[in-house]
Amino acid sequence: MKQSFSIVGSSKAKSLTEKIASRIFLVCGVFAILAVVVITAYMIIQGTPALGKVGIGEVLLGTSWAPTADSPSFGILYIILTSIIGTALALLIGVPIGLFTAIFLSEVAPARVTKIVKPVIELLAGIPSVVYGLVGLLVLNPLMYKLELAVFKGSTTHQWTGGANLLCAVLVLAIMILPTVINISESALRAVPRDYRMTSLALGATRIQTIFHVTLPAAKSGIATAVVLGVGRAIGEAMAITMVAGNSVNLPLPFNSVRFLTTAMVSEMSYSSGLHRQVLFTIGLVLFVFIMIINLVLSRIMKKGAQDAGK
Amino acid sequence: MRKKILAAVMTGMMLFSLAACGSSNEETTAATTAEAQGDSTEAEGDTTEATQAAGDLSGSISLSGSTSMEVVVTALQEAFMEANPDVTVNAEYVGSGAGIEAVTAGTVDIGNSSRALTDEEKSAGVVENIIAIDGIAIVTDPSNEVSSLTQDQLVSIYTGEITNWSEVGGSDSPIVVIGREAGSGTRGAFEEILGIEDQCAYSSELDSTGGVMARVAATPGAIGYVSLDVVDDTVKPLQLDGVDATEENIKAGTYVLSRPFVMATKGEISEQSELVQAWFDYIASPEGQDIITGAGLILPD
Repeated sequence: MKQSFSIVGSSKAKSLTEKIASRIFLVCGVFAILAVVVITAYMIIQGTPALGKVGIGEVLLGTSWAPTADSPSFGILYIILTSIIGTALALLIGVPIGLFTAIFLSEVAPARVTKIVKPVIELLAGIPSVVYGLVGLLVLNPLMYKLELAVFKGSTTHQWTGGANLLCAVLVLAIMILPTVINISESALRAVPRDYRMTSLALGATRIQTIFHVTLPAAKSGIATAVVLGVGRAIGEAMAITMVAGNSVNLPLPFNSVRFLTTAMVSEMSYSSGLHRQVLFTIGLVLFVFIMIINLVLSRIMKKGAQDAGK
Repeated sequence: MRKKILAAVMTGMMLFSLAACGSSNEETTAATTAEAQGDSTEAEGDTTEATQAAGDLSGSISLSGSTSMEVVVTALQEAFMEANPDVTVNAEYVGSGAGIEAVTAGTVDIGNSSRALTDEEKSAGVVENIIAIDGIAIVTDPSNEVSSLTQDQLVSIYTGEITNWSEVGGSDSPIVVIGREAGSGTRGAFEEILGIEDQCAYSSELDSTGGVMARVAATPGAIGYVSLDVVDDTVKPLQLDGVDATEENIKAGTYVLSRPFVMATKGEISEQSELVQAWFDYIASPEGQDIITGAGLILPD
């Protein structure tokens, strides 16, 4: 009995173990793929009928969102634009800050400082998005309202948002993508061989010159990955921005109350019915397509990065 | 290895964001699938027995009508079916008008309507049984100086014609117009009563009563509408045309922002089947009344 547990074992027992293990791996792999397939199919089945009923152009290019009117209109152009512009602005703020933090951590900061800063950033990644939303609601919104009052002083045509606007959502998103951008760029920078830096410094380049001309270019595919993952995080976020963005369908201008693709679904799903509900699934499908595109871009970048590394 | 982790993270993230999209799909359509097995058993003889014999009832009751009444009807439906396990209550939410049409035509037992019946509808033999009254309060942040608005002023504020409190007798501060999301019963009632369906210019559309209360309480110059029962001292309720938003005023009919929830029957309740009578008895019972007040509604006298 004891013998069968030895590393020698019988060939029969060994091959059985091999077989069982490989089956278990197969089942786990299939499960993940199945989940993707089921979700994709579900989104397409649920999301496409409305496109046919309302008309693709009407949905994607329409600017009027009045789903419960007597003659309802289901234009989601402003919602799509809000998601694109909101994400772009969040990146514009979040990526430089994140990237420079990563440079600071990997190139400049003494080891002791890194030891403190890094766990803090990782903690930032672990904070639930509802907490970001709450802080945005209680801290950012009043500040934004003061700014709004100053900017639109005396205006009679401006629709007052009380601080719940695009700018507020962008700031919240920018903070939320920081940990993603920082962690991945930092590990990309750390992966740059020490020789590169040494050589550059030996040739007389300063430390800053070395960072911008040698280290950063060498880590560019990793940094691109960080940015794309940041896009994914920002465009898929719902909870935090539903609390700070105001949720009215408007053109995405900084002081307008806006609705993102995610919040459009979240806010109206509960009481919607019929065609209205189907259009909400269409919005989901649009978001799905965006995330697919982001995934494709990411895999392209990583493939290219692997090729560059192989040269 | 790092790339593999990234791929896994991406996949996970994608699944996660999608899961968030689809999750709330099934829950709202609870128990509406029609199972039209034999119309409600005919009432025979003694009607007072209906309540005593509640547990022994069997058959099905069909309701159709107002979407605004979905919350309270679903709650009543579940509780009634729990008390009478052999009874199936089928409810469809197709709108008040369609519900009354259906009960007039006799295709359902009860037509739900979130407005009073018209004389025309009543003359077709449909009886208006008011089971509850839905009241809406207009609230502002506590520091607001305005304490009363006229109906016209309220309409102008919500359609975006008035944008500053000074135009309605308050301080010189902008008005932040807050409301509920499309599809909400409160929003539907508010816009319908004021006759401003889909003309409102909201700066915030929140998806819960609590959200509206919190935002109004925290935003200087905000105005919002909520069910009457949730008003507390974090916000300031406004008078409408000089009338306080109270249960008494709503019952007296002087406060405009209210509407009856009607369960219309063809003929008086006493002419209905034993099952339908049991349904109305249940609504009139303490449990039924608890459900109605629990849904934030006012009981009629």
